[in-house]
Amino acid sequence: MNFWVIQGLNGLAFGSLLFILASGFSLIFGLMRIVNLSHGAYFMLGAYVGISAMAAGASFWTAILIGGVAIAVLGAVIERLILRRLTGQPLAQVLVTLGIAFIIADACVWIWTGDPRPVPMPRELAGAFRIHQLAFPIYRLFVIGVAFTLAAALWFLLERTRLGAMIRAGVDDLNMARAMGIRTSVLFPVVFCLGSALAGAGGVLAGPILSVYPGLDTDMLPLALVVVILGGVGSLLGAFIGSLIIGFIYSYGQALFPDLAYMILFLPMVLVLTLRPTGLFGRQAI
Amino acid sequence: MIRASRQQAVLALVAIAALLAMPWLVTSDYYINIATQIVIAAILAMSLNVLVGFGGMISLGHASYLGVAAYLTIYLSTHAGVGALGSALIAIGATTLLAMLFGYLALRASGLGFLMITLALGQILWGIAYRWASLTGGDNGLGGPIRPRPFGIDLMNPTAFFYFTLIFLVLAVWLISRFVQSGLGQSLQGARDQPRRMRALGYNVWLIQWLSFVFAGFWGAIAGMLYAYYHQFVSPQALHLTTSAETLLMVVAGGTGTLFGPVVGAALVVILKNVVSAYITRWLMLLGVVFVAIVLFMPEGIVPGLRRLRETMKMRPASSAEASLPAAEERTT
Amino acid sequence: MTAPALEVTGLHRFFGGLPAVRDVSMRVPVGERRLLLGPNGAGKTTLFNLIAGDFPASRGEIRIFGENVTGKTADQRTHLGMARTYQIITLFPKNTLVHNVVISLLGLLKLRFNPLSDIRKHTALWDEARSILALVGLEHLAERTVADTSYGEKRRLEIAMALAQKPKLLLLDEPLAGLSADERRDVERLLQTIPRDVTIIMIEHDMDVALAFADVITVMQHGQIVVEGNRAEVVADPKTREVYLGH
Repeated sequence: MNFWVIQGLNGLAFGSLLFILASGFSLIFGLMRIVNLSHGAYFMLGAYVGISAMAAGASFWTAILIGGVAIAVLGAVIERLILRRLTGQPLAQVLVTLGIAFIIADACVWIWTGDPRPVPMPRELAGAFRIHQLAFPIYRLFVIGVAFTLAAALWFLLERTRLGAMIRAGVDDLNMARAMGIRTSVLFPVVFCLGSALAGAGGVLAGPILSVYPGLDTDMLPLALVVVILGGVGSLLGAFIGSLIIGFIYSYGQALFPDLAYMILFLPMVLVLTLRPTGLFGRQAI
Repeated sequence: MIRASRQQAVLALVAIAALLAMPWLVTSDYYINIATQIVIAAILAMSLNVLVGFGGMISLGHASYLGVAAYLTIYLSTHAGVGALGSALIAIGATTLLAMLFGYLALRASGLGFLMITLALGQILWGIAYRWASLTGGDNGLGGPIRPRPFGIDLMNPTAFFYFTLIFLVLAVWLISRFVQSGLGQSLQGARDQPRRMRALGYNVWLIQWLSFVFAGFWGAIAGMLYAYYHQFVSPQALHLTTSAETLLMVVAGGTGTLFGPVVGAALVVILKNVVSAYITRWLMLLGVVFVAIVLFMPEGIVPGLRRLRETMKMRPASSAEASLPAAEERTT
Repeated sequence: MTAPALEVTGLHRFFGGLPAVRDVSMRVPVGERRLLLGPNGAGKTTLFNLIAGDFPASRGEIRIFGENVTGKTADQRTHLGMARTYQIITLFPKNTLVHNVVISLLGLLKLRFNPLSDIRKHTALWDEARSILALVGLEHLAERTVADTSYGEKRRLEIAMALAQKPKLLLLDEPLAGLSADERRDVERLLQTIPRDVTIIMIEHDMDVALAFADVITVMQHGQIVVEGNRAEVVADPKTREVYLGH
C-alpha cells in the first residue's frame, strides 16, 4: 500500500517536471510549427546556470529566476537571429535546433565538466512530510504544487487573456490568424521566450530531484516528444495529462521492472499512434 | 533522372576501382581501417537516403537499425552460442521486423510528426540499451571476437575485412540504384512530390512509403552487422541520437536524392571525425556547428537537398488550398 | 438492370462547421455525359474531391458501379475504374511527358510494388504511353520535360494521364480553363473521341462547349443541387437564372 502511494507521488512529481518542460515545447510546436530539438538542452543549461548562480551566492529562488531569464534571453537571440531567417522552412529549422542542442551540450561539458552535479535543496523545503507511516520529501510536493499552479496560470493565459486568444487562434489556423491581423512577428518571440524560460527554470527546479549531468538533455527531450505525441499538438490539457501519464508509467516502471522501464514508455505511444494519431486531446494529426 | 544515372554509373565504376586499389595505394592499417569505416557509414547513409532523398521522409532515428543489428549480431554469437552465419541472418531478419513496426508507427504521421516519432523511438531504444544492463551490458556495451572466417579467410586482417565490407557496398549500390529506377522507387519519388496526385492515380501511398521504410531498415541492418564485425564491440552510443544525426548529416552534406551523395557525405563525416578529432576533442560541438552552418550559410551547398525539401514543404499548404479547404485538413507540415 | 456509374446519396461535407456540400444526391447512369455547373464556391470541386476520395464525407454514401466506396481510399476507388483530372495542374514538372504517362499507367500495375525491376526496361509500357500521347497529339513532345511545355499542352497531358488508365468513370475538372480558342477546339475534339461507354462528369464554365457535350446538367449553388435536367429543362428553369443572375 505504502509502495503504491509513494511511487504514485513520485510519478506525480516527475510528471510535474515533465509538464514544465513539455508545455513550452508543445506551445512552440503548436503555434510556430517548430520542433525545438534544443528544448532538452535549454533545460540542462538552465540547471547548470542555476548551479553557478547558487555557487556565486544566489539563493535557490533567485537561481530559478536567473536560470529562466538566461534561457529566455538565449531563446530570444536564437529566435531572432536564426529561426526567423528560416521562416517557412520547418525542416531547416529542426536541423538548426538539433545543431544548437549539440553545441549547448558540448559547451556544458566544457564549462561544467562531465561529472554529475548535485543541486542543493532550499533549506526551507528540506525534510519529509509525514502522515501515518508515510514519509514523502516536501520538495517533491512543492514541485507538484508548482506544476499545478503553472498549469492553472497557463490555462488562464490561454483562455482568459488577449495574448492567449491570439495564441489559440494561431495554433488553430496560422494563415487565418494572420489574415485577421495577428502579428506573428510579435507573437512568435513572446511564445518562444516563454517556452524557453519554462525550460530553463524547470531545469533548476528539477536539479534537486534529477541532479544535473551530461546527457540530461537527451534524456528529457524524447520524453517531451512522447508527451506531445500522446497529448496532441498544441493542447495544454494534452501536455498536462500526457506528462502525468508518462510520469506515473516511468515511476511505477522504474520501481517494478527497472530493466524495462524505458521500454514501457513505448506502450502508451504505440497505443495512441495506432488508435488515435491525433493524440488524446489534439484535433489534428501531428 | 534517367540520363544522369548513366553518368553516375560511370562515376560508380571509377569510385569502386579506386576503392579496390586502395590497399595497394595506402599500406597503413590505420588508413585501411578508416576506409572500412567509410564503407560501412556509406551503406548506412545510402539506406537513410532512400527515406530522406527519395521518399522525402526525414528520420532522426536511423541509428536504430545500425544499433539493434549490431547488438543482436554480437549478443547472439557471444552470449547465445549461435553460429556466425546464423547470428548475422537472425540479426538482419529481426532488425527488418523492427523496421516494419517502427515504419508502421512513424508513418501514422508525416513531415515533422514523422521526424518526432522516429527520434522518440530511437531514443527509447537507446534507453533500453543503456538501462537493461543484464542483457546489453549497459554503458559498458557488449564485445567479443566475432569476425567470421568465411571460406577460411581470416577477416582479422584489415585488408581482407575491407574487401569483405566492400562487397556489401557494391551490393548496396547496385540494389539501391535498381530500387530508385524500379516501380517501387518511382512510386516513392512520386509520393514524395505529389502524394495526393499519386493516390488519385491508384497508388497506395502509405504502403509504398512503408515498404520503402522497411527496405531502408534492411540496409541499415546490413550496416549494423558490419559495424559489429568491425568494432567487435557495441555500446549504447551506436543507438544514440548523435549517431542518427551524423548519418543524416552525411546524407544532407552529400546531396539528398542522389545515388552517390551519401557515399561522399559518409567519407567527409568519417574523415572529419577521425582526422579533425585527433587535433580538437570537441566532436559534438563541431557536429553542431556544421549542422547550423550548412543550414544557414550553404543551403545551396547541401546540394539539391534542402532546396527540394523546402519545395516539398511549400507544396503542402498549396495543395490543401487547391482542395478549397480552410487549411485545417492537411496541416501535417 | 446495371448499377449506375455513380450514385451519391445524402452527401455532406463540413469544414470547421461550415457546409461545403449539403445533402447532395445524384445518380449518373453508365455512359452518361454529365455537366456540373455553378458559380465559384458552389461546391463542385469539393464534390469531386469527395467522389474521388481525397477526403472523407461528413455524412452520406457514395457508390461507384454499385459498390459502396464511402469508406474507401482514393487509390482503391481508382482501381474500380475511376480517373480524374485536376483544376490546378499537378503534374510531375521535372519529368518528361512520356514519363508522366508511364507513372499514370504504373498506378494500376503490380509493378508499382516491385523494388528490383527497372521500369525503363519495360518497353511495352513506354510504347503504350507514347501511343496515348499520340491520342492527344503530343507524341512529338514525348521526351520534353513538362516544365518546358505550354499551358495548353499541360492540360492535354493531364487528360492523357487520366485516359491512360482506361477509366470507366472519368471526372474532368475544368479541362478547358485558360485555353486559347485553338487549344479549346483540340481538347473538345479529344473529348469527343472518348468511347461512349465511358461515363464522364465534367465541371466546366465554357457554356457553348459544355452544353453541347452534356446529356444531363446539374446546377449547384451553396453546396446544394438547385436544378437538374437536360439542356432545355435547365435553361428554361427560372432557378438557373437566379443562380447566375441573382434574380
